[in-house]
This record gives sequence, C-alpha cells and structure tokens, in this order.
Amino acid sequence: MSMTSEGGHGAVPTGPEVPVEPKAATARRDWPLYECFVRGKRGLNHVHVGSLHAPDDEMAVHAARDLFTRRNEGVSIWVVKAADITASSPDEKDPMFAPSGDKVYRHPTFYEIPENVPHM
Amino acid sequence: MSSSTLDRPTPPDEAALQALFDATIAAGHRIEPRDWMPEGYRKTLVRQIAQHAHSEIIGMQPEGDWLLAAPSLRRKAILLAKVQDEAGHGMYLYSAAETLGADRADLTDKLIEGKQKYSSIFNYPTLTYADVGVIGWLVDGAAICNQVPLCRSSYGPYARAMIRVCKEESFHQRQGYELLLTMMSGTPEQRAMVQDAVDRWWWPSLMMFGPPDDDSPNSAQSMAWGIKRHSNDELRQRYVDMSVPQAEALGVTFPDPELSYDAETGHYRFGAIDWEEFKQVISGHGPANAERIARRRAARDDNAWVLEAATAYAAKQEAAA
Repeated sequence: MSMTSEGGHGAVPTGPEVPVEPKAATARRDWPLYECFVRGKRGLNHVHVGSLHAPDDEMAVHAARDLFTRRNEGVSIWVVKAADITASSPDEKDPMFAPSGDKVYRHPTFYEIPENVPHM
Repeated sequence: MSSSTLDRPTPPDEAALQALFDATIAAGHRIEPRDWMPEGYRKTLVRQIAQHAHSEIIGMQPEGDWLLAAPSLRRKAILLAKVQDEAGHGMYLYSAAETLGADRADLTDKLIEGKQKYSSIFNYPTLTYADVGVIGWLVDGAAICNQVPLCRSSYGPYARAMIRVCKEESFHQRQGYELLLTMMSGTPEQRAMVQDAVDRWWWPSLMMFGPPDDDSPNSAQSMAWGIKRHSNDELRQRYVDMSVPQAEALGVTFPDPELSYDAETGHYRFGAIDWEEFKQVISGHGPANAERIARRRAARDDNAWVLEAATAYAAKQEAAA
C-alpha cells in the first residue's frame, strides 16, 4: 500500500484501493505539499502545525510564516516536502506498536514501594 | 500453500472495519486520515469542509471592498489583518479537505463552476462602512457559534483546523463590535448607519445556521458521525440568546417585532425566518452571487501566470543546483 503524508497529520494510504475524488491534471497542480513545523519559543520542540503547497523550499518557508505565525506563534520554522516523510503504515499498526503494549514494567507505576519511603 | 495464495491480498473485512470505526466514534476518539472510514463519512466531510473553506475565501470579498475606503490608518490595518486571516482560514480548511483525498485546485474549480456552495451570507453587499462592523459582530459571531463545537468534531484534521480558526475569530468579532461602539458614540447619522446595517444583516445572519431541523436531511447522520455536535436550531437559539444583550449594550434593535424573552424557557423567542429568501440566495439568486463568483474566477485566471512563473523558477533553480 503506498502512503503519503496527508496534510501533516500522519500518513494516509494513496494506493488504488483507496477511493478518492477524481483529479484532473493541469500545470498549476504541480506545487508539492509541504509539512510545516514551528518552534513556539526557545526551549520547545518544533511542532507540526499544518501543511501548504509551495513551488520550492524557500517559498514554502515564506508561506508558512504568513500562514502560521501571524501572531508571534513561533521563533523558528521547518518545512519539509510531504513526499519525503517516511511514516509507519496502518497495516503495520499492530506489529509496530504491539511490543510496548505488554511491557508494563517500563513504567514507574509498575513498582510498588512502601508509603514510608520518601522521595520516590 | 502456493505462493499465489500468499500474494493475493486478503479482501478487507468491511464489517470489522465498520465496527472499529463505530467504536472509535462511540468512545469520543478522533478519526484520523489513515483510518478506514465509510465512504459517506468521507464524502460528507469533503463537502462540508470544502464549503467551509470556500466561505472563508469568498468571505474576503465583502469586507475587502472597504479596504481602500477605511476611515483611518488604524481601521485599515485592522481590516487588512482580518481579511488576511480569512485567507488563512481558507488555507487551513483546504488542507483538511486534502487529507480526505480532495484536490485543492479541483475544489476551487467546483466552486467557480457552481458545483459547490459557500455560506449564503456572503451574497449580500456591504453598502456602508458600518457593515464592516456588523459583519464582525453578527456574521463572525454566528460563525463562532457554529465553529466552537466543530473543534470537537470527530474528524481530527477538521477539528484541529477549527481550533486555529476559533482562536482568530475572537479578534474578528471584537474588532467589529468596537468599531460599532465607536460609531454609536458619534453623530446621529453614524448611529443611523449602524442601525441600518443591523437591520440588513440580522435575518441573513440567522440563516447562517442552515435550514430548520425538520428540514435538514443530512443533520441526523452528521450528528451520529460526530461531525456535527449540535443541531441547526440549537445553535441558532444560542446565537440569538447571546446577541440580544450585546445589541442592548450597543444601543441598537433587531428588526423583529416578535423578539421577546421567554422567562419560562430562559430563551429569546424570535419571528419566522424567510426560508424562501434563503433558498433563492443559496441557489444563486442573491444580490451578489454573480459578482462574487466572477471575482473568484478572475483571481484564478488572471493570476495563473504567477503560479506558472514560480513553478518555472523553481524548476530552473533545481536544474542549476
């Protein structure tokens, strides 16, 4: 199943088995989809905020500034072509994430400590 | 077992997928683009989100008409920021529609060809500067009533787009109300302008919530799917209840002799809405339908060379790299 990033919310299957609206091909549809990430302020990670179409990387940064930081929402922007993102596919959902499901001992709450033991 | 058996994809178990989808909705969790979803759910969302996106884009026009006639630099900067926000809202929403497999340019084409609709409210003209204030107060106020519950819509990308939109709508409504407060503290002529604008926009703003519940065929399904959280009439009543005290504080009246407080229910009763007018406007016979679409068409066609030039430049840079 082929996958593509889908407006920045993970990945979406795009194979022939997935029905989509029919698309007509014209030149102006050529702008690639970019996913945009903004660092809200120093000390925070870049966080995904949305997606946009742009002709090239530089224009994508400019457009992301206009679209996502009109009110000082960020101090730094990353953009990446959606097509360059590799994502876990829905088919792999179980084997991909199952290993952590039965490892409750990885969480601190797994361990019972007597109440009279301080600072733990 | 032969290898051809292994290679053959197993047919998806539709009933199991549907059960998983239903369970996700029932648990109040979000549906994400990669999830299986019923075709009707996908189509309903594409239609609703596209319609919403189109409304934001067309919605730039009535107020954009006043950019060059704003009475001060302060008002002009505010209006410019607001119109720019509407463009941004349209972009967030088109992105959400794209996560469902829709194509942005294709949606624009459908709008221009009249195959998809936008909010009926934008087919009314902005006759005076007071209309800018009334649009912020009433039209954006109604939009907020509609949109706040959509922040909890079952489709993740739509809900996330609405959260961004709602954060900005509050500025829209407050700038409009403040504009009107300023005019109401002015001359009798200015006050009359405000009342005139309120008289023209009140009924159309009530129509923004869509047809009454007993004449809204898609509502029940949309609510079952968690796309909508409240019925049209519920939201309309909430809007009326919110707006009446705001009108009193402003010193204007709504053009409805039947508007009165019902102490028993705690709600304001209001008169009958002219649904015939709504149907006329929605089906293309409003005062400004033709003008709005003509301008959108011109924007697409006249500016196509800019998109082509940027594409050509990007290709040239890439070739040189």
